[in-house]
Amino acid sequence: MVKVNGESYDFAGFTVLEMLEKLGFSAERIAVEINLEIVPKTSYSATTLKDEDTVEVVSFVGGG
Amino acid sequence: MIPSREEWIAALVERHGEERQNAFLNATVAICGLGGLGSNIATALTRAGVGKLILIDFDKVDITNLNRQQYKMSQLGRPKTECCLENLRDISPYTEIEIHTVKLTEENIPELLGEADIICEAFDKADQKAMLVNTVLETFPDKYMLSGTGMAGFGSANTIQSRKVFGKFYLCGDEKSDVNDGIGLVASRVMVCAAHEAHMVLRLLSGETEV
Repeated sequence: MVKVNGESYDFAGFTVLEMLEKLGFSAERIAVEINLEIVPKTSYSATTLKDEDTVEVVSFVGGG
Repeated sequence: MIPSREEWIAALVERHGEERQNAFLNATVAICGLGGLGSNIATALTRAGVGKLILIDFDKVDITNLNRQQYKMSQLGRPKTECCLENLRDISPYTEIEIHTVKLTEENIPELLGEADIICEAFDKADQKAMLVNTVLETFPDKYMLSGTGMAGFGSANTIQSRKVFGKFYLCGDEKSDVNDGIGLVASRVMVCAAHEAHMVLRLLSGETEV
């Protein structure tokens, strides 16, 4: 299982991009870290999630 | 009569302590965006005696900014960088301030932010916030990155918090209230979020890495 923002999902083997699509995140408004390391935006389709990975997707909202 | 630099520093040391004040005076902080967040962060950091500020914004002061941003009616139509510099100079002529009236991009971030010890994201648009945070975290993994997200509307001020996401990346805000939901931005709640960012900067400079 892969933990995303505290919830467990059966996402092992998915790419980061596939995970984002499944969960409905807009790739333009987020930052993704896996096991406390930032995932470069250019690597979303090339980075594959592994069992036991802990992922955080930070979503930004407008206003400032 | 404007006090001397020595008198100003003595007054700061009296409030903050010598060791902490030296850390503030030796720091360089970049503020990206000079709207409701950035103009208030810049004011707090100038008052605290941070040695050098790098201020970046491409926009001009508009009448719709005056409800929450640290500008005056007499400054309408002028670049925010120049107006912010002018206002900060009145607070402290001894703070070193560098201004860049440009739009930050993935291309110019490495050059413009390279000197900063701490970078504050203070943009308005969500995609620009994400662009800056991603680029800084990828380019400068050793720098502190603080971002403000979620401060729109008249919801409780107590829902705005600081959070360490991982490493040297911190988020301030309620992480939910989106200005695009039509709830607007009001001075007091935006200032709470700006104060969280500014306060975290001062805590980091004091050697405190926890929120």
